[in-house]
Amino acid sequence: MTSRRRLLGAGLTALGGLTVARAAEFPPESERAPGLPVLSPAYGQPSPRLSGLTRRSWSAPPLEQASSLTPLGGLHGTVTPNGLFYERHHSGVPDLDPDRHRLVIHGAVRQPLAFSLDDLLRFPSVSRLHFLECTGNSGSELVKPTRDTVQGTHGLLSGAEWTGVPLSALLDEAGLLPSGRWLLAEGADAGRMTRSVPIDKALDDALIVYGQNGEPLRPEQGFPMRLFLPGWGGNLSVKWLRRLKVAAEPFYTREETSKYTDLMPDGSARLFTWAMDAKSVITRPSGGQVLNGGPGSYQISGLAWSGRGRIAAVEISTDGGRSWRRAPLQEPVLSKCLTRFSLKWEWSGGPAILQSRAIDDTGYRQPTRDQLIAARGTHGAYHNNAIQSWRVDPSGQVGNIHA
Amino acid sequence: MPRRAALPLALFVTACGTPPPVPTIGHAVTEREIAGWDIDVSPGNGGLPAGRGSVAEGRRVYAEACAGCHGGAGDDGPAPKLRGGRGSLASAKPLMTIGSYWPYAETLFDYVRRAMPFDRPGSLSDDQVYAVTAYLLRINDILPEDGELDAARLAQIRMPNRAGFVPDPRDSTHL
Repeated sequence: MTSRRRLLGAGLTALGGLTVARAAEFPPESERAPGLPVLSPAYGQPSPRLSGLTRRSWSAPPLEQASSLTPLGGLHGTVTPNGLFYERHHSGVPDLDPDRHRLVIHGAVRQPLAFSLDDLLRFPSVSRLHFLECTGNSGSELVKPTRDTVQGTHGLLSGAEWTGVPLSALLDEAGLLPSGRWLLAEGADAGRMTRSVPIDKALDDALIVYGQNGEPLRPEQGFPMRLFLPGWGGNLSVKWLRRLKVAAEPFYTREETSKYTDLMPDGSARLFTWAMDAKSVITRPSGGQVLNGGPGSYQISGLAWSGRGRIAAVEISTDGGRSWRRAPLQEPVLSKCLTRFSLKWEWSGGPAILQSRAIDDTGYRQPTRDQLIAARGTHGAYHNNAIQSWRVDPSGQVGNIHA
Repeated sequence: MPRRAALPLALFVTACGTPPPVPTIGHAVTEREIAGWDIDVSPGNGGLPAGRGSVAEGRRVYAEACAGCHGGAGDDGPAPKLRGGRGSLASAKPLMTIGSYWPYAETLFDYVRRAMPFDRPGSLSDDQVYAVTAYLLRINDILPEDGELDAARLAQIRMPNRAGFVPDPRDSTHL
């Protein structure tokens, strides 16, 4: 286990391989005396043998540009543990007192209202499973393969069960006026983060969230309450939400004009590119992992998601895109939610290039990198949903390449 | 919808005398009570406060509050460049700045007031925000050296890349 821990700490995971204890070592140490008591510790932690399985940052940018990424290669299923959920803050994490925090809804409403966290708990709650992906996820990979692991290439992506109140219920209480076509969502962080949200989205599936994976939101996810806009770029789901202003026009905030817009080759820029298009990535085997069990049977497993609906199909290639096979999808397959796929693969022991591509229920097909660049050029680092390639060497080492 | 009857009705009587419906959940507030929160400024919804500031005053504010991160010239510090790049957006090395990229001057005022300086946001007066906005427009050749801004003059400014943005054309067939 020591060597496995060292591998994890280096961002590597050994796949396959087995060491069977000799008969003389029975019973093993763990079976010769009782283990730790309850409350060891009071808030449970992962096994200390998994100390490398953490969020991490790839550089030390200014706080304004700071993010940390989810270790997708070491996780299972479709729900990201709260302590491993990716982070992106624009002015750091505020320390908010839930007893004093208020959400104000005002502007084009009949009656401006303030809601405390206790007030939100008086509404019927809903819990929904959705992914959250930073608009800049995989932005480092558009021009050339940059990062060694799927945590680096795709880790600004996580999935959770979100619990809260439909925003439409709060707008009903305040009484939306016909002139209200847009909302300004504003956070209580030092940068008073703001984004404009069209009223159709607010009334469709937007949530005011206070719970994540069964517990109150963590501070870095917006405690005590945040906006959540299923399927849209992560920064739109404004954290530490303190104000919603209803108005006739969009607000053209800094984050939706000078940032999070998509510069095209002709010098024009796309504005309000909210939806995250269908995308997928193989998480096992993926960059930095090792097939150290030698040739034989492995599972190719990964995640697929679409900000426009359900995943309809995922196809996998093990020969760099020359041939494709349909991968079974793990139930449940939910709208705007991570979907796990898995396909048995017989590794010959030779070099291979593993790829996945997702198709959603609108018929959209995840593009190749060449298709994406042909349509948009290389200036924009946002919305890179191109097919990811992993190279498997005869040694079993897996690495990041552009195929 | 049933309404809570115990709340004093007078609390909700508006200027025109019509009592709005009493909410069942949440606490009624007036726009005056939340005026301190209502800080957004935008081209379509207004919000520019009273006050004024000149390029000359903004140069002093910038040197004191901004130059530490953005550099003395506005493009020579660790924080994002604030000037230059005009005409570069379609080139191999686009430089996206206030002058080359930002579509609205209101957004500049709004962002400086809500989020800058990064280490002590909210520390500038409205006059100082007008002044530093004027200075940033000056170093991007949008205002003259003797330029001055207030709500009316700021709202008149047309940024060089105002027409550079197009709504998202993607649908289920579009990349």
